[in-house]
Amino acid sequence: MKNKRILKLVGSVCMVAVLTLTLVLVSGCAEEPEDIYKIGIFQILSHPALDSAREGFKDAFKAGLEDVGLNETKVVFTERNAAGSMDVCYTIADYFVSEGVDLICAIATPCVIAAATAVEGTDIPVVFNSVTEPMDAGVVNNWTVPGGQVTGVSDIAPVDPQIQLILDVLEAPANNLTLNKLGVMYNAGEDNSVYQVDVQLVEALDNLGLTGNVTVVKATVSTGADIPAAAQTLVDAAVDAIWVPTDNTVVAGIEGLVGPCEDNDIPLVAADVATVERGALGCWGLDYYDIGYASGEMAAEILLEGANPATMPVQTAPMNLLYLYPEEAERQGVTIPQDLLDQATEIIED
Amino acid sequence: MLDPTAVGHLLGFSLYEGLVYGFLALGVYLTFRVLAFPDLTVDGSFVLGAAVAAVLIIYGVNPFLATLAALGAGLCAGLITSLLNTKLRIPALLASILVMVALYSINLRIMGRPNLPLLRETTIFSLASQLPGLETRLVYQLVVAVVLAAIVFFALNWFLRTEIGLALRATGDNEQMVRGAGVDTDKTTILGVSIANGLVALSGGVVAQAQGFVDVNMGIGMIIIGLAAVIIGEALFRPKGVARLLLATLGGTFVYRLVLSLALRAGMAPGDLKLITAVIVIIALAVPYLQKRIRREWLPPAPRW
Repeated sequence: MKNKRILKLVGSVCMVAVLTLTLVLVSGCAEEPEDIYKIGIFQILSHPALDSAREGFKDAFKAGLEDVGLNETKVVFTERNAAGSMDVCYTIADYFVSEGVDLICAIATPCVIAAATAVEGTDIPVVFNSVTEPMDAGVVNNWTVPGGQVTGVSDIAPVDPQIQLILDVLEAPANNLTLNKLGVMYNAGEDNSVYQVDVQLVEALDNLGLTGNVTVVKATVSTGADIPAAAQTLVDAAVDAIWVPTDNTVVAGIEGLVGPCEDNDIPLVAADVATVERGALGCWGLDYYDIGYASGEMAAEILLEGANPATMPVQTAPMNLLYLYPEEAERQGVTIPQDLLDQATEIIED
Repeated sequence: MLDPTAVGHLLGFSLYEGLVYGFLALGVYLTFRVLAFPDLTVDGSFVLGAAVAAVLIIYGVNPFLATLAALGAGLCAGLITSLLNTKLRIPALLASILVMVALYSINLRIMGRPNLPLLRETTIFSLASQLPGLETRLVYQLVVAVVLAAIVFFALNWFLRTEIGLALRATGDNEQMVRGAGVDTDKTTILGVSIANGLVALSGGVVAQAQGFVDVNMGIGMIIIGLAAVIIGEALFRPKGVARLLLATLGGTFVYRLVLSLALRAGMAPGDLKLITAVIVIIALAVPYLQKRIRREWLPPAPRW
C-alpha cells in the first residue's frame, strides 16, 4: 500500500517535470532580436488557393522591405494552419498575441474573426485576405474606412468581367450577335448565388450600360436533378447566352446544362475557372497569389511606413486569369475572337 | 531563457480552454462513462448551443439568459436522441448520429447563414471585462470560465449523489440489476443523455462568445476532443469518487488543450494535429490495459460499441 502511494507520487512529480521541461524548451527558443519584424500568418486549412495567397503575402512583404532598404532577414514569418478545426483558430490567434507579433495575417473568414477577437485591447494590426464579406463578418465597419485595427483584401469576385466576356464573344465580327436576353441558373436556397444574381449582376449590367437593353431570365433549381428542366425553360425563352454564378448546386451538375447549350447554340459562361474545362466556353478568374500579394503590400505599408489600418480601405483583387475553351465555344455556336485568345492565361483543349 | 509571462499566459490560456471545453468533456463523460451510452450527438449539440446563444445575443437578449438558453437547447437535443433510443429502440450510436445529422440543418436554420460573427456584441465576456480589475483579456476569460465551471461542478456533484443521480450512475454499471431494483432505466438514460447534451451546448455557447463567432462546421471533431479529455483525465489522475472524477475530466481537458497549444507553438505540421490527438487517446487507453497485463490481472473482453 505504501509503495503504491510512493510510486504514484513519483509518477506525478515526473509528469510535472516533463511538462515544465517542455514549456522551458518551447518558450526558450522563441527569443528574437528587437529590430526584426515578427509576423504571424495563419489559415483555416491547406488549399491551393489559400496556400498561394500566403506565398503572395510573404513575397509582397519581402519586396516592401527591399523598397525601404532592408532585406528579408529582417522579418520572421510564423506560419500556422488550423487544419480545418475552428477551435484551433482561436488558440493560434491567442498564441500570436501572447508572442507579441507585430502583425497578424489572417487567411479566410474564421481566422480573421478569431484574430480580431484576440487582438482586442492590444495594438496589433490584422491584415486579412481571401475573406469575401469582411463587413458581414463584423471585422470592419465598412469597406472604405474599416475603423479598427483590421483591414485587408477581399476575394469577392465582380460579375462585370463575366458579362463583358459574353459581350466580347457575342459581338465579335465572326459571330455578330447581340445580347438581348441573358439566362441565369442558380439555386435560390444559396445565399451567395442570390446575392450574385440580385445584387452583383444588376450592378454589372448597370456599369456596362446594359440596363433596359438586356432582360435577365432566371431559372432556379433546388437540386441537381432540376437542372435539365430548368435548362429547357431557358431554351424556350430563347436566351442569347447563359451565365452561371458560383452556385454549388448548378456547378456540381453543370453537365446537365452543357448538353442543352450545345444542342441549341447557346454560349455558356461560368463564374469560376474550374467550370470551364467541364463545358463553359470561358471565364475570368481571381488569382489568389495576387490577393495575397495585395494584402502583403498593405502589411508593409502598416509596419514600414506607419499607415493606420483604420483608414486603409478594404481592397478587392482584379480578375487577372482568363480561361477559354475554344472547341466548346464552337459546339455552342460561337467562335472566340483572336484578341481574347491572345489574352488567355489558359486555353482548355478537348 | 525561460520567460515567466509566456509560460504563465500559456498555462492560464490552457486553463481557460480546459474549463470551457471541460463542460463538453463532462457531457461526454456522463454519456460514455457513466451511462455507457455512446453519444455522437455532441458534434451537433455543440454548434446548437453556439447558434442559439449567438442568435439570441444578436437579438439583444441578455447574454446570461442566452447562455442558459443554449443549455436548454442542448437538453432538447439530448432528449430526442435518448427518446429515439429508449422509446423507438434505435441503437444509441445510430440514434445519436441521426440527431447529429438533423442538427446540421436545424443549426443552419437557426443561424440563417453558415457563419455568424459576434464581435462587438454584448457577451458574458464583454460584461465581465467591464468589472474593475478584470480589464485584461486572459483575466476576465479565466474568471468567467472559473465561475461557470464552479457552478457546473457543484451542481453535477450534488445531482450525481441524489437518489436519482445514484440510479443514473448505476444504470451504466449494471442495467439489469437497476431494473431489478425497480428503477425505470429508460428514465435515467433520458435524463442523463439530456443533461450531457445540455452541458455540451453550454460549452458551445460559451466558446462562441469567447472566440467571437459561430460556424455551422465548428462542431466537427468535438466528440474526439471530449473523449480525449475524459480518457486523459482518467489515465493521469486515476480518480475515485464522484467529485474527483469530475475534476479529473476538467483536468484532462486542460492537459489536452495544453498539449495542443504546445504542439502549435512548436510549429507542428497542420495535418499532424489530428494524429497527435489520436495517439494521445490510444496511449491513454492502452497504458492501464498494459499495466493490468503486466500484473497478470483478469482482463474483460474489449467492448465493441
